[in-house]
Amino acid sequence: MNPPQLNPLYRARKRQNVVLLFISCLALAFGLFWLIWILGTLFYEGGAALLRAQFYYRMTPPPGEDGGLANAIAGSVLLLTAATLIGTPAGILAGTYLAEYGKKSWLASATRFLNDVLLSAPSIVIGLFVYSVYVAHVRHFSGWAGAIALALIVVPVVVRTTDDMLKLVPNSLREAAVALGCPTWKMIVLVSYRAARTGILTGVLLALARISGETAPLLFTALNNQFWSLDLNRPMSNLPTVIFQFAMSPYADWHRLAWGGAALITLAVLGLNIVARVLFAKKD
Amino acid sequence: MAALDSATGRPLIRTTVRGGEPAPAATELPAKLRVRNLDFYYGGYQALHGITLDIPENRVTAFIGPSGCGKSTLLRTFNRMYSLYPDQRAEGEVLLDSTNIVAVARDLPLIRAKIGMVFQKPTPFPMSIYDNIAFGVRLFERLTKRQMDERVEWALTRAAIWPEVRAKLDQSGNSLSGGQQQRLCIARCIAIKPEVLLLDEPCSALDPISTARIEELITELKNDYTVVLVTHNMQQAARVSDYTAYMYLGQLIEYGDTDTIFIKPQSKQTEDYITGRFG
Repeated sequence: MNPPQLNPLYRARKRQNVVLLFISCLALAFGLFWLIWILGTLFYEGGAALLRAQFYYRMTPPPGEDGGLANAIAGSVLLLTAATLIGTPAGILAGTYLAEYGKKSWLASATRFLNDVLLSAPSIVIGLFVYSVYVAHVRHFSGWAGAIALALIVVPVVVRTTDDMLKLVPNSLREAAVALGCPTWKMIVLVSYRAARTGILTGVLLALARISGETAPLLFTALNNQFWSLDLNRPMSNLPTVIFQFAMSPYADWHRLAWGGAALITLAVLGLNIVARVLFAKKD
Repeated sequence: MAALDSATGRPLIRTTVRGGEPAPAATELPAKLRVRNLDFYYGGYQALHGITLDIPENRVTAFIGPSGCGKSTLLRTFNRMYSLYPDQRAEGEVLLDSTNIVAVARDLPLIRAKIGMVFQKPTPFPMSIYDNIAFGVRLFERLTKRQMDERVEWALTRAAIWPEVRAKLDQSGNSLSGGQQQRLCIARCIAIKPEVLLLDEPCSALDPISTARIEELITELKNDYTVVLVTHNMQQAARVSDYTAYMYLGQLIEYGDTDTIFIKPQSKQTEDYITGRFG
């Protein structure tokens, strides 16, 4: 054997290592650069708005007047809560069917395929769909329509993660539960869900993060509302459409509020992720 | 009543060699499990061919044989584990006392509760040590907190792990070492008071010290339970079992008293395997 510094293969491998490491670092820097720029701009432009108390308690103002985003914040919280409450149970149950009962049957395979299609469907299509089957029939925009549209985005994400996470639960754990005389449904609820709960909850949070910034499906459903309203049967204000409307306007006051709203959504998603990580880190 | 062997004081068992003695390979002890003409299929592949044997009550019976010989498959038919997988099926009879396990259509969980199983890899549930034990008990019995505490302590004591875990019953079962986890799994089985214990290579993932503890435990448990053990380790079979079945390619080649199988096997195949001449 040659000493390491004389072995040509070994030297070539070290050179490759240096080159690849350099390229990897470059890619990392490229990704971080844009992320930091986006976050930096967001908080530079919107930070000041976030620090004013009236941002949180005053309504969206007409052009030229001072105001806040209270109605949009309340509307967004309500829409997201309703969408999550509708979408999560449906998604978890469907994912449970796929992983625990359907497995590789044709029905499960077909469902999985369609779910993946829905997962990648443009959100504006979902907005238009809810518009045509719900809004067009009741003849008015409403919070419920917005919640349904968002729920339709939540479902495929939760189905997919639930299915994937339950598949990661080792079969030996299921066999051990069944060997104790445990019926299948109890095995799923008491053992499979427990083993996969971190992953399933992560999926729900992921879905929540995804819909909190969705604008397109709300344009045709919840629309917007200048006033304070918690009635899901009426058009409802929400952060994404307000940001959309205000950012496109020519008024500087509205621009500042739009930046503030964008920063608020980003912070909320970030906070949600941090809380989830802390909670799960303790339990496992 | 069974005749006793003058040397060992154990009841005699008739050694059966495939193609020699007519089936069934009956022991002269009361049989807890009676297997009759059992065939097993993984989809189109037949993994067991006409297995017939009796498993005596309150004894340790070991299944040995090379990988893929069907010993785990046979063990898994005893509590219908294969029913979890739609493409697997068994034909024939496995009688637990007088119930044909293979034919049970309803109340399968009740049968499984009578036949505990411990797997190759320890399988603690993702919950506390206490709840791991209480899990199975809660399925069939409604106990007060106090009764449950007693049951948990009793099971953990029986499985020789109580002193190690008594102070940390609320910690996760996954926090234990491999050997402790396996004893926890045995305790979990015992807690629901089964009649038969199936052990599928319970020591293959454990170090020698944990293995020795589990072997001690098996010997102790046979006073109250009928134990069936699948093992790759022939010394283990020789150490802990009373009866041994040698299987090869899905067939039962020889079944009899462990001493006879290891000292004076009647089949050339068994002898080759036991002496390590088997390829």
